[in-house]
Amino acid sequence: MSSFKSKYQEELIANAAYIGTPGKGILAADESTGTIGKRLASISVENVETNRRALRELLFTTPGAFECLSGVILFEETLYQKTASGKPFAELLKEGGVLPGIKVDKGTVEIAGTNGETTTQGLDGLGQRCQKYYEAGARFAKWRAVLKIGPNEPSELAIHENAYGLARYAVICQENGLVPIVEPEILVDGPHDINKCAAVTERVLAACYKALNDHHVLLEGTLLKPNMVTPGSESPKVTPEVIAQYTIRALQRTVPAAVPAIVFLSGGQSEEEATLNLNAMNKLQVKKPWSLSFSFGRALQQSTLKAWSGKDENVKKAQDAFIARCKANSQATLGTYKGDATLSEGASESLHVKDYKY
Amino acid sequence: MSHFKGKYHDELIANAAYIGTPGKGILAADESTGTIGKRLASINVENVESNRRALRELLFTAPGALQYLSGVILFEETLYQSTASGKPFVELLKEAGVLPGIKVDKGTVELAGTDGETTTQGLDGLGQRCAKYYEAGARFAKWRAVLKIGPNEPSELSIHENAYGLARYAVICQENGLVPIVEPEILVDGPHDIHKCAAVTERVLAACYKALNDHHVLLEGTLLKPNMVTPGSKSAKVSPQVVAEHTVRALQRTVPAAVPAVVFLSGGQSEEEASVNLNAINQVKGKKPWSLSFSFGRALQQSTLKAWGGKEENVKKAQEALLVRAKANSEATLGTYKGNSQLGEGASESLHVENYKY
Repeated sequence: MSSFKSKYQEELIANAAYIGTPGKGILAADESTGTIGKRLASISVENVETNRRALRELLFTTPGAFECLSGVILFEETLYQKTASGKPFAELLKEGGVLPGIKVDKGTVEIAGTNGETTTQGLDGLGQRCQKYYEAGARFAKWRAVLKIGPNEPSELAIHENAYGLARYAVICQENGLVPIVEPEILVDGPHDINKCAAVTERVLAACYKALNDHHVLLEGTLLKPNMVTPGSESPKVTPEVIAQYTIRALQRTVPAAVPAIVFLSGGQSEEEATLNLNAMNKLQVKKPWSLSFSFGRALQQSTLKAWSGKDENVKKAQDAFIARCKANSQATLGTYKGDATLSEGASESLHVKDYKY
Repeated sequence: MSHFKGKYHDELIANAAYIGTPGKGILAADESTGTIGKRLASINVENVESNRRALRELLFTAPGALQYLSGVILFEETLYQSTASGKPFVELLKEAGVLPGIKVDKGTVELAGTDGETTTQGLDGLGQRCAKYYEAGARFAKWRAVLKIGPNEPSELSIHENAYGLARYAVICQENGLVPIVEPEILVDGPHDIHKCAAVTERVLAACYKALNDHHVLLEGTLLKPNMVTPGSKSAKVSPQVVAEHTVRALQRTVPAAVPAVVFLSGGQSEEEASVNLNAINQVKGKKPWSLSFSFGRALQQSTLKAWGGKEENVKKAQEALLVRAKANSEATLGTYKGNSQLGEGASESLHVENYKY
């Protein structure tokens, strides 16, 4: 085997497969303190620890939500938080059959000599941090690499740095019992068409899997979190069926069958758009040797946030909005979504923020 | 798309898919003049053009055999030969629904500074040669890269050279209408165990697919011809099920689903061994998003050659021997081979020749 032998081998394989259970997906609730501050500001809520805690409790105690989720990605602060009545979030999730995950990267920095391209930090002491998170109950991790499309981008340097950073992160996670989510996000920003996005996505994913192989990563114990293949944000829209075809073809050309599941990022798509696109992919009758699911942040929480607005009396309304999106996406992983989820305020709203930084 | 846009796009995809038709596979009859000379010598037949022609006519006119073949790889001389009654071989094959293929490499040369590792020649003027072969009726090509396992082998240099040579050959073929068979053979020679073979195979295949992606090759219009994953020739044998599991797992970890078919080389296995292993591979439960078939030379012709002995009066007997092996391998691609085919003289004989050169 080209993978190293981790003592967590069987567990990694089982957890990765579990996350890909049809009908389930991931809630990405790992917004850093700065980023969640922007979300809270947009609904006029103060960015203090209690409010951040209250928001996550709202999400995690939504009746029925856990049936639709196999994992939740947390920010470090949240991993150690509890419900108002004192139950640790990690325990709450585990009891609900939901694996806790942890964001382990430390954001992006610019690569000198490029035109605003970035690499991701977080490798220093990563092994010890992963170990600590495993003890706290985490069973998977996430690291976001970011690439952009431009006249000369992504450059070979940016692709290489991000691919090899992801691979190094991935093997360190596996050494410490965490299933690594490999996330090479290609930003949607730009006037390029879907063909360009497809070409770049295929090039980036090929580089990622070469890097993972070089680093002896156990593919059966990983997940992939890619962008869907779409036109750029400044280019005309296409149908979900076209997005589905281009996306699956890109994955067929690059992602080995050993990878158990692909959990798409929503990247600025509206809640409804993201769900419809995921649904179209799962309806397509072509070779798809990995399950196709979601790892949505904004596209699961947007209308929930708006409904909540920080007010206790709105919690039920907010939870109703949340379960509607959870169920919709659960159906989308089965290709059975009819587009009839009660559209809450904001569900069709584009969540695109130019050059998005978490 | 990361592949180049060629005028033969649809035809390449259709031909590659056809070669992978369940129940069919490839007869590798592309032995160079020197190599076929050794085969003829072993049955005391003179190595002259008429004998080489007669042997291939024997194979291509064997009653009932062609239905089990989707392709035959030819050496250049054979591409332009005809039956005794004057029908071009290419026409004979096409009428029977068998695609003619052509060996286009020019053998291996040693890499200076390595311990006997090689790279493959043949890129000079390859485009024009492919165009010529296409006109003559060829629809696919083959190029054999060779790697070996040793204390320090295969080296990163030899993996890189062979992978990038294969990729350059592949895209030139596609520019000229030929489906390239990508063949990175890792020789079975050595005392290593199956785990070592698996690790090397995964490393080599990962490098190949990175190179193919870099060179903008259309994966849907290619075929892969790898070694099965087995113990080294000086190591204890294992069961077909063990060979099958390790082989399928190596492919799951490296070969994109876009590749329509994997056509294994027999690499010195006996006729029966090769069929039984291929059968076990097709019985493995697990994700196999490519058809799994054969591209056998020695493992299809050994008992046929022995039965023929160069004598006219033996042609019928020899053709029956070929039919037995062709049918056995056809069943093996369906996982239905019972291992009961009439063993022709030599069917169980190992065909291993140390450090085999075509």
